[in-house]
Amino acid sequence: MSRYIAKRLVSMVITLLIISSLTFSIMHSIPGSPFTKDRALLPEIEAALMEKYGLDDPLWEQYLNYLGDFIQGDLGVSMQKIGVSVNDMINQGLPVSAKVGSIAVIVILALGIPIGMISALKQNSIIDHIVMFIATIGIAVPSFVVGTFIMYIFGEKLRLIPAGGLDGPSSYIGPVIALAGFSLAYVTRLMRSTMLEVLRQDYIRTAKANGLSQLRVIGKHALKNALIPVITYVGPMVASILTGSFVIEKIFALPGIGKYFTESVTNRDYTVIMSITLFYAAIYIFMVLLVDIAYAFIDPRIKLDD
Amino acid sequence: MNKKILSMLAVLVTGAALFTACGGSDETNSSDAKTESPKEATLSPEGYPIAEKQELTYNLGSEPLTIDPQLNSAVDGGQVINNTFEGLVREVGGQVVPGMAESWTISDDGLVYTFKLRNDAIWSDGQPVTANDFVFAWQRAADPKTASEYAYIIESANILNAGAVTKGEMDPSQLGVKAIDDKTFEVTLANPTEYFLKLTGFATFMPVRQDIVDVDGIWAKTPEKAVCNGPFKLESYDLGDQLVLVKNENYWNAENVALDKVICKMIVDTSTAYTAYESGQLDLLEAVPTAEIPKLMVENPEFYILPYIGTYFMVMNLNNEVLQDINVRNALNYAIDRKIITELVGAGQIPATGFVGPGFLDTEGNEFSEVSGDYGIPVQADVVAAQKFLADAGYPGGEGFPELEILYNTSEGHKMIAETLQEMWAENLGINVKLTNQEWAVFQETRNNQTYDSIARHGWIGDYTDPNTMLEIFISGNAQNNGGYSNPAFDEQMALAKTTVGKERMDHLYKAEEIFMADMPVIPIYYYVNTLIATDEIEGWEMNSQGKLWFGDIIMLDFEQ
Repeated sequence: MSRYIAKRLVSMVITLLIISSLTFSIMHSIPGSPFTKDRALLPEIEAALMEKYGLDDPLWEQYLNYLGDFIQGDLGVSMQKIGVSVNDMINQGLPVSAKVGSIAVIVILALGIPIGMISALKQNSIIDHIVMFIATIGIAVPSFVVGTFIMYIFGEKLRLIPAGGLDGPSSYIGPVIALAGFSLAYVTRLMRSTMLEVLRQDYIRTAKANGLSQLRVIGKHALKNALIPVITYVGPMVASILTGSFVIEKIFALPGIGKYFTESVTNRDYTVIMSITLFYAAIYIFMVLLVDIAYAFIDPRIKLDD
Repeated sequence: MNKKILSMLAVLVTGAALFTACGGSDETNSSDAKTESPKEATLSPEGYPIAEKQELTYNLGSEPLTIDPQLNSAVDGGQVINNTFEGLVREVGGQVVPGMAESWTISDDGLVYTFKLRNDAIWSDGQPVTANDFVFAWQRAADPKTASEYAYIIESANILNAGAVTKGEMDPSQLGVKAIDDKTFEVTLANPTEYFLKLTGFATFMPVRQDIVDVDGIWAKTPEKAVCNGPFKLESYDLGDQLVLVKNENYWNAENVALDKVICKMIVDTSTAYTAYESGQLDLLEAVPTAEIPKLMVENPEFYILPYIGTYFMVMNLNNEVLQDINVRNALNYAIDRKIITELVGAGQIPATGFVGPGFLDTEGNEFSEVSGDYGIPVQADVVAAQKFLADAGYPGGEGFPELEILYNTSEGHKMIAETLQEMWAENLGINVKLTNQEWAVFQETRNNQTYDSIARHGWIGDYTDPNTMLEIFISGNAQNNGGYSNPAFDEQMALAKTTVGKERMDHLYKAEEIFMADMPVIPIYYYVNTLIATDEIEGWEMNSQGKLWFGDIIMLDFEQ
């Protein structure tokens, strides 16, 4: 097991290296620079800025410098937000995104899995139809529509939640629903369909024939196997939900890190693009690793020591 | 009942203020200036009950890139700096009033300005503001090593050697500024410059302390380090969330500053900000959802449309052979209905029939744009004239006219205008244009390098209330001159305007715009306006025609009392 994890960690580093070099080259190959402004800069000023941020060095040197600093935990300074380090941006924004995100993840798991199961067990019942109807809407309606709708009804009309910011528990309601919506619907549907599939398996029939109670059949035999596809989905989902969402942060005025994913690209804020991409990639890869380890615990047929 | 009468009165007063602003006779909009200290009276100067809690919540919009006076180039950063720092003078209601300088003298040749700093001018940490602080700040702005995006404004101000210093050809110490003594600051100009005095109130010219600032501009966002000299100082700064300003007790006029605290929120989404206003969480905000504007204009007395010195236009690429024909440029200009476009945009913008819009006064106090007239450009389309121009260019009825292209940066607003132009040209001239949009930074490169096919969106906001700030961007080779316009006659008038004064100078500017408009290298669309929502519980707010807000005279009212 530990050998397996060590191997995976090595491949994680290699993956990150590939991602960093790809991001770096793509970012420098698109037109524009951090100093492309509405009012064109004096050439002397632009040259001074290029020098200040080391952009006048050869690209390979810039890349190696960045990697060197990155390894030492220095993510550099923003080339747009003057005097703000990328470390500060992540340090201040991540807790906000992670807080809203983890509540959303808990909501997704705590509601999606049981509701999906119930729906499967009561297949074609009225409950099943209602659940599937709502879940289909949840998948079809984009988060910005959900967010705007919540803001309009609960923020503007009913005044139940504050218009933006994170003051008090009620301010979490909007962003959590908007953030969780799609994944909650997806997990519910996934749970339902895998559960239905598992319930048709021979070993379930055998278990039932052996006189095991419904609860034992579901809890001990069916659930574990039905969870595998759900876990496969949940791993990367956690990575993306914890790192925030540009749209939801904008609608609910949250100071998270989700906005940096789009803002940094629009602004050509090179250091932020690199750091935020690598940061996300690292969490993503880590979550995938966790998923693989979880498989081994859930399904004894899966062996990690290869 | 009482509250109702009071709010109706407030509506009347604010309505009257709006009227004067829209009339164009006044450069700024503000309620009456404060005459007495609010703390002693229970009623404000306008006679309303003063709130116990003097706290203003304002939406700054996006997070400012910096709030360092010399490094800032953006509107949001400018709003904060305008209230945390103070230059030699301040522009109030279009008039120059003393700021850090209590008085000044100008030499007979108009070249040497000697400012006497007020004795009670002190920094927020208690140290006196000295002439050396100004020398340092101005040299810092001009020094290419500082990489100030606004360094060019030092040159616009015509300060001696500014051009050479910003280009790095001369040491910053050669800039025409010096400290005669602690409280006497002397500036030498290369040419007499009438708008120079006004410019000294601009952020780039505000003082900073040599022992405080750092190369990276970190100091300005760090409350413990951000020593300033304006009515407010920084108390806290939360990235992407909010920054809080509190009253600076060391400000020379602190006794007349009523607000104790200004919370500047960074709510990017205009709908969210508007919801926050409607639910009472915001007192003051500028950007509102475009869709709400028509309703706000009719129903909400707290909504204001204010003049803003700037022009939205299309620039024509004169490297394109088709557009080199003046008849084609005229045809395109005459065939569009600017009234329809401004109605579509719908925020009270004014159809542009020139390049210098409202808000610029000439030496006699007349609106520059009124004296210069409309150059014959119709507000609504003059289809007959447009078709004749096109026929004269050799394309009767649009026959054989090559397809042109409108390039704009991706945005719903720009797209709508481009589509409207496309439709108007198709209908009125029988010609086809295609629309291309590019992402912001890519668009900037394309436009700056003049590699776009024919027509590109453009907009220009003036830095100061003199027509020079609008016209100078079309001098041959100017970085903003993205259509490649070059006319020696225009350049000559602009050069003459730099070396003359008074009416003579204004006449050169009038002449310059006339030459420019006769050449018609652009398609002016509309003059910008600013929108603002200020709740009726704010008295004494002011926004000038450069869009700068001033919180120093604000008193919060409480109608519940």
